Amino acid sequence: MIDLQNVSKTYNTNGVPVPALQDVHLRVDEGEFVAVMGPSGSGKSTLLTILGAMNRPTQGRVIVDGIDIYALDPERQADFRHEYIGFVFQQLQLLPYLTALENVLLAMAVSPLPKKERLLRAREVLAWVGLQGKESRLPYQLSGGEQGRVAVARAIVNQPPLILADEPTGNLDRATGRQVLELLCRLKESGQTIVMVTHDPEAANYAERIVHLLDGRIVGEEKKLSGGKAWTGLPLTIVASGEKAFPDEGGAPLL
Amino acid sequence: MRLSDVIWSNLRRRRGRMFLLVLGLVLGVGTVVALMAITATLQEDVANKMDQFGANILIVPRSSSLSLSYGGLTVAAASYDVGELTLADLERIRTIKNARNISVVAPKLLSAVQIAGRPVLVAGVRFAEELRLKQWWQVEEGHEPTAPDEALAGRRLANLLGLRPGISLEIGKRTFRLTGILAENGSQDDDILFVDLAAAQEAMGRPGKVSLAEVAALCSACPVEDIVAQISEILPQAQVTALRQAVALRMQTVGQLERFALAVSAVVVTIGGLVVLTTMLGAVAERRQEIGLFRALGFRQRHVMEIILGEVGVVSLAGGILGWLAGMGAAVVLAPHVANVTTPVPWNPLLGLGAVGTALAVGLGAGFYPARHAAQIDPTIALRSL
Repeated sequence: MIDLQNVSKTYNTNGVPVPALQDVHLRVDEGEFVAVMGPSGSGKSTLLTILGAMNRPTQGRVIVDGIDIYALDPERQADFRHEYIGFVFQQLQLLPYLTALENVLLAMAVSPLPKKERLLRAREVLAWVGLQGKESRLPYQLSGGEQGRVAVARAIVNQPPLILADEPTGNLDRATGRQVLELLCRLKESGQTIVMVTHDPEAANYAERIVHLLDGRIVGEEKKLSGGKAWTGLPLTIVASGEKAFPDEGGAPLL
Repeated sequence: MRLSDVIWSNLRRRRGRMFLLVLGLVLGVGTVVALMAITATLQEDVANKMDQFGANILIVPRSSSLSLSYGGLTVAAASYDVGELTLADLERIRTIKNARNISVVAPKLLSAVQIAGRPVLVAGVRFAEELRLKQWWQVEEGHEPTAPDEALAGRRLANLLGLRPGISLEIGKRTFRLTGILAENGSQDDDILFVDLAAAQEAMGRPGKVSLAEVAALCSACPVEDIVAQISEILPQAQVTALRQAVALRMQTVGQLERFALAVSAVVVTIGGLVVLTTMLGAVAERRQEIGLFRALGFRQRHVMEIILGEVGVVSLAGGILGWLAGMGAAVVLAPHVANVTTPVPWNPLLGLGAVGTALAVGLGAGFYPARHAAQIDPTIALRSL
C-alpha cells in the first residue's frame, strides 16, 4: 500500500538547512494500522504530510497504491488527496459555522457524485460513527467525543483506502480520545489502512505496529503479536552513545 | 455541499465585512454612474443650449456663378436666383445614418426683389425652424408672423425703406403684410425681408425650390465631418460645408466634460479596486487555516480560486447593481442643483450594464491576486495548531 523509499526532507530555516527526515524506508501493507511515535521534532508530522501528498521530500520516492505521488502535478496531488486519503487532524478542524452534516459534506464538495448520493453517504457515515439525529448540530453543540466522531466521519466519507491521523487524541480528554481510537480500529477492521502519528503510548497501543522516529530517522519498530496482547521488536533503541533514544516516553506498554 | 454552498456560507458568516465591501463598491460605482449620468445630461443640456449659436452646416447648390456671403460665411458657387435644391431633397437629410444628431434643418429661398424702387433681399423661411435656430432674434416692433402672408423685416432694411408693422408689400405675385421688425443684431439678417417659405416659392414662381439650407447638428460621438459626408452623399448636387468654429466650440465643451468624468471615474475605480484587493487579502489571511483544510481535503488550487473569486463576484454584482441605482438616484436628485441643468437625467440601461460590468471587472480583477494567493496556501497549515 505505502512504500517510502529512501525519503529525506530538509527544511531551509533562515538559510540554515534543518533535516527533518533522513533516509527513511517504510512499508505499510494494505489494511495495516501503524502508529508512528517519537518526541517533538522527531519528524512525525513531516512524515505524515509527505504521505499525504502535501510536502515534497527533498529526496526519495513515495509510492502509494502504486502511484508515485510526487511525480504528479499539484492539481493531481489534490485529486489524489481527495480520492486516496482521509485526514483526521489534531485540532479536528471542524468548521464552526457548518453543521455536522455540512462538515462531512465539505469533504465531498469537489466530488462528481450527485447531490442526493453525497447526502445519503454523509448521513450513513454519521450514523456509522453514532451521530444519527445530530446531523444538524453545529460543532459547539456537540461534545468533544462527538466532534471527534464528526472528524472521523469527514475523513472516511469519500471511502479513501488510507487514513492519516495526526495526534488524533492530542487535544481530547481520555474518554473522547478513546472513542476516536475505537473508530479507527473499526475502520482497520473494515480493511482501511491507517497511519497514525502520536506520542501517546496508549493511543499507539491501538495500532498493530509502532514505528519509532528520532531526529528524522526510524530507530525502532514494534509489532503486536498475534492475539494482540504482546509486542515484539525494539521499543527502545540504543543509539551509538549508549543513551536511550526515548528517555521521556519509552515504548508502547506491553499488555 | 458544493463550492457554491461554501461561497454562500462564507458570505453569510462574514456579513459585516462583505457589507462594508459592497458599500465601498456601491460608493465607487455610484459615484461613477452619477458622474456619467450627470455628464450625459450636461452634454444633452449643452447641446440643447448650443442651438442658440445657430447652424453649423450650410447646404447650397453646387452649380452657380455668384458668390454668396451669409451668416459670416462666404460660400463659393451659390446664387440668389438659382434654386437647384428642393424641399424633397432636404427631406432626405433625415434619412442619413446620423439623422438623430440633426437638430434643425432650416431651408431658405433667396431672391432679390424691388421694393420702393430699391433692391431688397427676400428670404423665404419656415419661421418655426428659423426661430429655433436663431434664438437671438428679438421682434422689437409688432410680432412674429403667424400666417403665410405675413412678413418680418430686418432693422436696417426697415429704417432704410421706412417700413412699419401693418404695411403691405408687393412681392412677385403676392402681397405680404409686415407684422414685425427684428431688433438689430449685427448680422446680415438686419438687411433682409423674411417671408413664409411656401408663400415665397409661390410669389417667385419656384414651387418646391430652395436656395440653401442651414442645419444645426451635434454629434458628441462622431465628428461633424461625418454628418457632412453623409449629407453630401445623398445630395450630390449640393455643396455641404461645416462651420468649423461652431462645431469646434461644441465639441470642445462636450469633450472637456467627458474627460473630467473619465478622469474622476478612473480614480474612483482604482480606489474601488484597491479596497477590494486589501479587503480580500485580509479575508484570505484570516482564513489560512480553513483554506489549508480545503486543500488537505483535496480541493484543487482552481477550486480555492473559484471560492474566493465567487465571493468577490457576488459582492461585485451586488455592488454594481446597487451602485447603479444609487448613482442614478443621486444624479436625478443632484443634477438640477449641482449642474444646474434643466434636461431630465435619462435612465440609460447601457449605463446600468456598464456599471455592473465595471464592478465585476474591477472586483474580479482586484480579487485575482488574493485568490491566487489563497490557492497557493500550503495544505499542511491544516495540521498546525491554531
